Amino acid sequence: MGDRLLEVRNLKTYFYIKEGELRAVDELSYTVNKGQFVSLVGESACGKSVSALSIMRLIPYPPGVIVGGEIIFDDKDLLSLSEEEMRSIRGNRIAMIFQEPMTSLNPVLTVGRQISEALEIHRGMSNQDAMQEAAKLLKLVGIPDAERRVGEYPYQFSGGMQQRIMIAMAISCRPALLIADEPTTSVDVTVQAQLMELINNLRQEFGTSVILITHNLGLVARYADHVNVMYAGRLVESGSLDVIYSEPSHPYTMGLIASVPRLDLERAQSLHVIPGLPPDLTRLPKNICAFAARCKFALGECIKARPELEQVGDNHLVACFRHSEMKALAEVEK
Amino acid sequence: MKTDGDLIQVRELVKYFPVLAGVLKRKVADIKAVDGVSFDIRNGETLGLVGESGCGKTTVGRCILRLYDITSGQILFEKTGITNLKGEQLRRMRRDMQLIFQDPYASLDPRMTAGDIICEPLLVHNMVKGKEYRAKVAELMKMVELEPRMEDRCPHEFSGGQRQRIGIARALATRPKFIVCDEPVSALDVSIQSQIISLLMRLRQELALTYLFIAHDLSVVRHISDRVAVMYLGKIMEITDSDELYAHPLHPYTRALLSAVPIPDPKIDRERKRILLSGDVPSPLLPPPGCRFHTRCWMAKDICKESLPELRNVGSSHWVACHLV
Ligand SMILES: Nc1ncnc2c1ncn2[C@@H]1O[C@H](COP(=O)(O)OP(=O)(O)OP(=O)(O)O)[C@@H](O)[C@H]1O
Ligand SMILES: Nc1ncnc2c1ncn2[C@@H]1O[C@H](COP(=O)(O)OP(=O)(O)OP(=O)(O)O)[C@@H](O)[C@H]1O
Ligand code: SF4
Ligand SMILES: [Mg+2]
Ligand SMILES: [Mg+2]
Repeated sequence: MGDRLLEVRNLKTYFYIKEGELRAVDELSYTVNKGQFVSLVGESACGKSVSALSIMRLIPYPPGVIVGGEIIFDDKDLLSLSEEEMRSIRGNRIAMIFQEPMTSLNPVLTVGRQISEALEIHRGMSNQDAMQEAAKLLKLVGIPDAERRVGEYPYQFSGGMQQRIMIAMAISCRPALLIADEPTTSVDVTVQAQLMELINNLRQEFGTSVILITHNLGLVARYADHVNVMYAGRLVESGSLDVIYSEPSHPYTMGLIASVPRLDLERAQSLHVIPGLPPDLTRLPKNICAFAARCKFALGECIKARPELEQVGDNHLVACFRHSEMKALAEVEK
Repeated sequence: MKTDGDLIQVRELVKYFPVLAGVLKRKVADIKAVDGVSFDIRNGETLGLVGESGCGKTTVGRCILRLYDITSGQILFEKTGITNLKGEQLRRMRRDMQLIFQDPYASLDPRMTAGDIICEPLLVHNMVKGKEYRAKVAELMKMVELEPRMEDRCPHEFSGGQRQRIGIARALATRPKFIVCDEPVSALDVSIQSQIISLLMRLRQELALTYLFIAHDLSVVRHISDRVAVMYLGKIMEITDSDELYAHPLHPYTRALLSAVPIPDPKIDRERKRILLSGDVPSPLLPPPGCRFHTRCWMAKDICKESLPELRNVGSSHWVACHLV
């Protein structure tokens, strides 16, 4: 670890819609090291998927445009590559697992064909070898009777199995980076546990780096090394797993962690509640803290300027004017 | 099981859905969605119902509400059998029981205004007169912390959490005693989820409501429920007090289910033992013989394949259906 694989620098991805300019991702910077498991968390619509799709260069244009920034991967800026060069990276060096398996599996191709196609294109395998490899991959992700089932179509599999097929496809070319966008939201907890173990084993076996996008703070705690917290298109806190959970320093991160009910603690009478709604990104003023309207620690300065990310510790970044007081404020809250 | 103070009593409830085939639409098989479950819900209590997708949770809720005709068994509401109610009696009972859905968007008519959606049940039941109508809308909207001035907006103008509030206000309109909450927060973000959970808990207190709370998120169910029932393939595997279930789960399935839930604290999660189940849930068309869970159970012995374990009382209010407990 320590070797850098991906560096997102100052990424800005905006959508031009009838309500105006929507800054889905704004001035986003973070890195992913080789073999590192990075988690990206934050409320719905805060820009997590858009940031992942930007790395894959899959932002629909119009209305979306990557208006600025760099995405350095393998020492190349992905944003400066031609579509053809990008195609040789997508599904090969960088693979993505999407939330809804059926949107990314082709319903009229057998699952074996879908996996073997990538192997033929990216790894130059013969048709026969690729089919055999596809069966091996399906077995690896826990599809029983894989040799026979390579010839079946996606609809012949359960939701959990389709998600496994997606994972088999994503890992077929041994990607250096696997982006998993809510890979387990549509499956049950017992299947979720199986799938996450699968992804984690992959990383341990082949040194694959993982970006996991999720709402599930439990999964983050179980698997991530590093956590990036987004709010309204921007990074608001970034730190190692233990730092984020033991000393969260942004009020949003603190509130998020406190508002999930927990199995291991005494049943609290009332749950922590973050009041209000996330802001409308087309109407967000540029010179305030986007969280101010919902933040119980907000002061006058929070609506006069935007807090920039500051280094507050080893590998720990926070964008909050009052970050140095947070520990004390959190104690008072308790 | 004690019966005094029970609002709902469910006895040996069975609900099969026929699978029809051919031009004659003959029944070729049964989906055994709910296959003999019994439980009570006490007055003022919240009973949680958990289990994996397709295990029959929604079907149980809908049978109690008489939205489905049951295949066999008995359901009592306030000690009166409701399975054969008809006409005016059924209508009266319906006022007392309501449903809150998972997907607030799909369950609200997109062309109606929030106010009309909320008050529709009152019109159906002739419970409001013309001039009281607006006051009633305002009262219900305030109860769920919505601004009454938003009554003329349509569902798409509200956020997901606000739409769920509309669904809740609508369910409260007839002043029910009992509400089936079917995955009411599953589609919502963490921060909105905690808002809605808090709202449901406050309303329960203020209006003395009784809930059947269905969800697949075990942490959420534990937080809100007094007791929890765990279902698997149409059967109840374990039922007990919420704290007891989480502190001393006995059924192998409950234990696997709980261990699969990661704790949002890395230091604590690292120390937990995990039980990883293999495979998927079998089809309810052909549930396995013996214990429904034996095909995935890591403790199973021969007896589990052959005979069906009864739900047995294993102390105070703890019930388990497993041969090896
Ligand atoms: N194709 C598009 N056209 C217009 N706006 C878009 C498009 N895709 C995304 N957006 C907007 O960009 C913002 C960020 O969306 P994104 O999908 O990244 O959210 P997210 O953080 O992944 O949320 P979720 O947790 O719900 O998946 C949202 O406001 C969304 O409406
Ligand atoms: N109206 C119906 N007609 C036919 N089969 C049905 C019907 N409703 C449910 N089923 C079947 O009955 C079984 C139980 O379904 P049910 O919806 O009760 O499960 P659930 O536990 O609520 O699942 P989920 O967590 O996915 O909501 C499933 O196999 C389902 O496919
Ligand atoms: S009865 Fe047998 S198969 Fe069923 S849960 Fe108990 S041990 Fe497992
Ligand atoms: Mg997304
Ligand atoms: Mg259901």
